[in-house]
Amino acid sequence: MSERIHAITVPKWGMAMDAGTVTGWHVAEGQSVAAGQDVLDVESTKIANAIEAKVDGTLRRIVGQVGDTLPVGGLLGVVAAPDVPDAEIDAFVAGFVVAPDDGEGEGGPRTRTVVADGRAIRVQETGAGEETVVLVHGFGGDLNGWLFVQPALATTRRVVALDLPGHGGSTMDVGGAGVAALARVLEATLDALGVERAHLVGHSLGGAVCLVAAGRASALTLIASASLGPAINGAYIEAFLAAERRKEMAAALGALFADPALVTRPMAEDVLKAKRIDGAQAALRAIAAACFPAGRQADDLRGRLAGLRIPAQVIWGLADRVIPVAHAEGLPAAVAVHRLDAGHMPHMERAADVARLIAALGS
Amino acid sequence: MARILSYRQALSEAFRQEMERDPTIIMLGEDIAGGKGAPGDQDAWGGDMGITKGLIGRFGEARVIDTPISESAFIGAAVGAATCGLRPVVELMFVDFMGVCFDQIFNQAAKFRYMFGGKARTPVVIRTQIGAGYRAAAQHSQCLYPLFTHIPGLKCVVPSTPYDAKGLFMTAVRDDDPVVFFEHKLLYDKAKGDVPEAPYTIPFGEAAIVRDGKDVTIVALARMVHFAQDVATDLAKEGIDVEIVDPRTISPLDEETILDSVAKTGRLVVVDEAYPRCGMAADIASLVAEHAFDDLKAPIRKVTPPHTPVPFAPELEDAFIPSRARIADAVRSVMRA
Repeated sequence: MSERIHAITVPKWGMAMDAGTVTGWHVAEGQSVAAGQDVLDVESTKIANAIEAKVDGTLRRIVGQVGDTLPVGGLLGVVAAPDVPDAEIDAFVAGFVVAPDDGEGEGGPRTRTVVADGRAIRVQETGAGEETVVLVHGFGGDLNGWLFVQPALATTRRVVALDLPGHGGSTMDVGGAGVAALARVLEATLDALGVERAHLVGHSLGGAVCLVAAGRASALTLIASASLGPAINGAYIEAFLAAERRKEMAAALGALFADPALVTRPMAEDVLKAKRIDGAQAALRAIAAACFPAGRQADDLRGRLAGLRIPAQVIWGLADRVIPVAHAEGLPAAVAVHRLDAGHMPHMERAADVARLIAALGS
Repeated sequence: MARILSYRQALSEAFRQEMERDPTIIMLGEDIAGGKGAPGDQDAWGGDMGITKGLIGRFGEARVIDTPISESAFIGAAVGAATCGLRPVVELMFVDFMGVCFDQIFNQAAKFRYMFGGKARTPVVIRTQIGAGYRAAAQHSQCLYPLFTHIPGLKCVVPSTPYDAKGLFMTAVRDDDPVVFFEHKLLYDKAKGDVPEAPYTIPFGEAAIVRDGKDVTIVALARMVHFAQDVATDLAKEGIDVEIVDPRTISPLDEETILDSVAKTGRLVVVDEAYPRCGMAADIASLVAEHAFDDLKAPIRKVTPPHTPVPFAPELEDAFIPSRARIADAVRSVMRA
């Protein structure tokens, strides 16, 4: 493949994705693009998101037209410098071969279960490199929530996402169910993986877990983190716990996003699938009771940020309706604060920005 | 996670996990322990489709019971055992044979809770095979689930995927009412999909939205869900965006999801492999006609077999089963209307 010509291809957002449909182009053929700029929108059966340019250049060809559905790895468009001859671009498009989507294969996500502190914990690894990034989801989530930031980080790093106890494919034995108990599981998981220190990235409840486990962190990114203040949307927690049907769950999940329309029925279905595992409901109730009793947060871990001697940052959505963005105020000066145009899920709503911030802090 | 199992494997796993969890679960049926009751033959078969293979070795003959070929007796025994504290899972090989034990099912199991003022529980699961296409002739090829759906007091489950088969079976076996669980014989090996290893349940009365779409709603069951998916993929190339709803349980029936879908698309095609008269296709068509008439942009279309026995001649059997081509034509016709 020519280094002067760059393919924009259908990404793989999660294990189940095998194709993507083009829903719109932000750039016309012949216009210039900058690395990081949103170029087009693609949707899979489960989720929609923007694809951004990886390099500076000119959008020379649009191959995937609006409405086209292409396999993962399929050619959507071509970016190259304006002086690359048209014939070369045409030859590139004609000769483009879709790399086989081998799912769990080399380079793709590798999912397995490790035994941490006697408990089964599901982990998913992508990429390789000197730096290790560990992604810890929030209450009611699982490792699939990182699907938009994982590929960008994994290009030059080992990226590990895990399911906390009571979530996804991990044990339903939550032990003490509080932040400290979950942090012990995180540390034991790092032990099981042979990871001494890593850039710990935690979202919401996962942020509090990472903060407690910060002794194992080479850097710390807290996204809409719990335990930085007392307030939390107790009505959301209760609606999430109570929801048994797709419609109820979809309504509850709306509180997570600045734009509730981002909640799809398959997304609600996936969350319910996790909740319907035997023991999951009791595990989640136990965690909620320990961490968010009576609609307030049980732990205040602000003090721990002051003593950190590692790079640390906080990322928050300005339209967060679960944990108020005000909790990002008054933190130690050494902790960088990034407020984004998002709700409680910046790593999904502003995935490219969040991936860039994580990458920049670790390097 | 991504652990791909067949419908057969998903069911076998569900049986094993539930029997491990709850010692009151027993299994009864013809040849389910292996055949003939002779020690040397145990575990040789595991039912005529091999779904219960391995269970007698693990759980023993007190919990996995080969029965004589006497459906009225062993279905009755299962119903009676359910009222006395056990949770029997009884296999009646083909739904076509169910006629000999209708009284045990329709008049006894289905009525106990009602007639004893809620004081009796009948937690029995009756498993049975449905479906044509197996070249097994008129007495081994029917769907017949409408007969059971007609009876108040019975719950009726018709799973189409391995994920649904496992989760719905677990819900069925934990339910305190009689459940009839219909397994399509052509899905055992052909339907494959992601199935979590851990036990899980799926609530009765919640349809699956198999495919999101905006132009036409197809409601389909069992093997017809897979046909509908193939058709939807093809029609997408013609610019027709099909939504597929799989009720999964027909008693209780998730009316809300069907009506919501028709409210969005304005067009309904019901595909059912059961006979057309007094069947699920007619039932769902009437539901939509009664409650969503104003949403409809086109007449409702039903795609079903004709009102005849299932033919034995392969060409005729293939013509009997709703085909992808007939489903596609029905969808195109409501798009034109």
